[in-house]
Amino acid sequence: MSKVIDVGYVAELARLKLDQPTQQRLQSEMESILAYIEQLKELDVTGIEPTAHAAQMTNVWREDHAESSFPRKELLANAPKTINGELIAVPQVLPGEEMS
Amino acid sequence: MSMPDLKHADIKSLSAELAAGHTSSVAITRACIERIKAVDGKVRAFLYLNDEDALRQAEEADKRHAAGQPLSPYDGIPIGIKDCIAVKGQPCTSGSKILQGVQSPYDATAVARLRAQGFVLLGRTNMDEFAMGSSCENSAFAKTANPWDIARVPGGSSGGSAAAVAAWELPVALGSDTGGSIRQPASFCGVTGLKPTYGRVSRSGLVAYASSLDQIGPIGHSVYDCAAILDAIGGHDKMDATSLPAPCDGFAKAVEALTEKDDLSGVTIGLPKEYFEVDALAGGVKGCLNDAIALLKSSGASVKEVSLPHTKYAIATYYIIATAEASANLARFDGIRYGARAMDANNLIDTYLETRGRGFGPEVQRRIILGTFVLSSGYYDAYYLRAQKVRTLIRRDFEEAFKQCDILLTPTSPSVAFKFGEKSDPLQMYLADIFTIALNLSGNCGMNVPAGLDPATGMPVGIQFIAPALAEERLFRAGRIFEMRRPQRQFIPKLDS
Repeated sequence: MSKVIDVGYVAELARLKLDQPTQQRLQSEMESILAYIEQLKELDVTGIEPTAHAAQMTNVWREDHAESSFPRKELLANAPKTINGELIAVPQVLPGEEMS
Repeated sequence: MSMPDLKHADIKSLSAELAAGHTSSVAITRACIERIKAVDGKVRAFLYLNDEDALRQAEEADKRHAAGQPLSPYDGIPIGIKDCIAVKGQPCTSGSKILQGVQSPYDATAVARLRAQGFVLLGRTNMDEFAMGSSCENSAFAKTANPWDIARVPGGSSGGSAAAVAAWELPVALGSDTGGSIRQPASFCGVTGLKPTYGRVSRSGLVAYASSLDQIGPIGHSVYDCAAILDAIGGHDKMDATSLPAPCDGFAKAVEALTEKDDLSGVTIGLPKEYFEVDALAGGVKGCLNDAIALLKSSGASVKEVSLPHTKYAIATYYIIATAEASANLARFDGIRYGARAMDANNLIDTYLETRGRGFGPEVQRRIILGTFVLSSGYYDAYYLRAQKVRTLIRRDFEEAFKQCDILLTPTSPSVAFKFGEKSDPLQMYLADIFTIALNLSGNCGMNVPAGLDPATGMPVGIQFIAPALAEERLFRAGRIFEMRRPQRQFIPKLDS
């Protein structure tokens, strides 16, 4: 039987680096969790509307007027790396020449 | 001015003492801090104690009392806040290494409303990482112990809040509940805990786990206290588009008006038969439940068997929907804008992979993998969409049941608090949520009320009342009448001996 889930591939999608033992453990845990979840297939759900939310609300609008937002410095105080506390510093995004 | 005796202090009695001038907010806050210093080495309920600032808040409250202008009857009463609910200027880790060092730049709406009533924000309570767990063992920082037996878990994920209240470190605390995370630890620790109707309490400032299920609610010593906190924190908030526009007040007054003469005549209590057929239901829990049923009957309620036919599918449905939402919600923790970043990674993709690989604990990684999988191309219809359809069936079960009764009564958890390490298999841990999970999917409200002690272990047993959406007053009425009549009057762990 081919495996339903490939944890290595899903971890890449989820941007999680897992070491080999963790990946193996998760592979077997996922297989038993998915085997349990399979029981939903017993149910006939033809014609049943999906429920996305417990409170059935639609079109919640706010007044269209400008309001002040949070001070940038306060929010950026939590960033791991900034430039002068005003911009978030990130590692190189595009491949190419190393930047200094 | 005397130091208040925290052992008999709920917020109702403290509020009366404050109003009469018998005590002060500073005295109460100091008593809490001393109690925490004395017992929290064993209980480990707190991740952060805001003691100096709390005493300043208390002094301000005392000034307002002295001037005859308290902000509310609860002005100056300390409260604990679960570590996933933002308090401006305090740390907010959600029990995770990935948020270490983060300080909230704003108050959650629920917290801002507590501040407006003068509550003293005393500290941050421990939790399973990102609220994923049923024992507090998944916290990255501490294993909170159950004050009734420190070899046992306090439950989870709001285990720190429940343990702090049970250990009399605080009169009341906020928790959050996505699949039972307020009710189950309340049951394990012998305290009262409310999951309000979905949309009652704003989620603004709550670290998101599963947004269609998450709800903030109180954990306290009495039904009155839960009602008073819901009055304070509930009601519409424009910061949360799913917040319900219904009024949310007067609950505490209604509870206060009930006396020993009030009964439950005219109330029909439904017992969902599927909940009583669960194999894992422990004898001690069943015994307390049967005693509670007899007591409610003798209090005038009529009791009727009802059916929630899709009960056995609730856990599978929950673990698809909750993990799918979690995998999307937790995508924001990427090491860029806040929290920890793997500084040794030399490009963007490795920064994501390393930050998330190191920052999240095992249970969080497990749920991100499951959630990413059920949403991934080729599996969406088979898992996620199907689960959403089963969610409709589960919601309809409750709608049908509430055509035949006013309120449901169930166990809160199949067992009393288990020992550390006892449930090492993740699926076994998930299955223990059987009685609490369905009503997060349906959006109903539910409350745990302590019912008695398990004769075999001496651990507390809780019962759960469930009511239709926006019918919290039914929970409070039945809960309060039960509370006044239950044989075990007070639930005090033998922590100090």
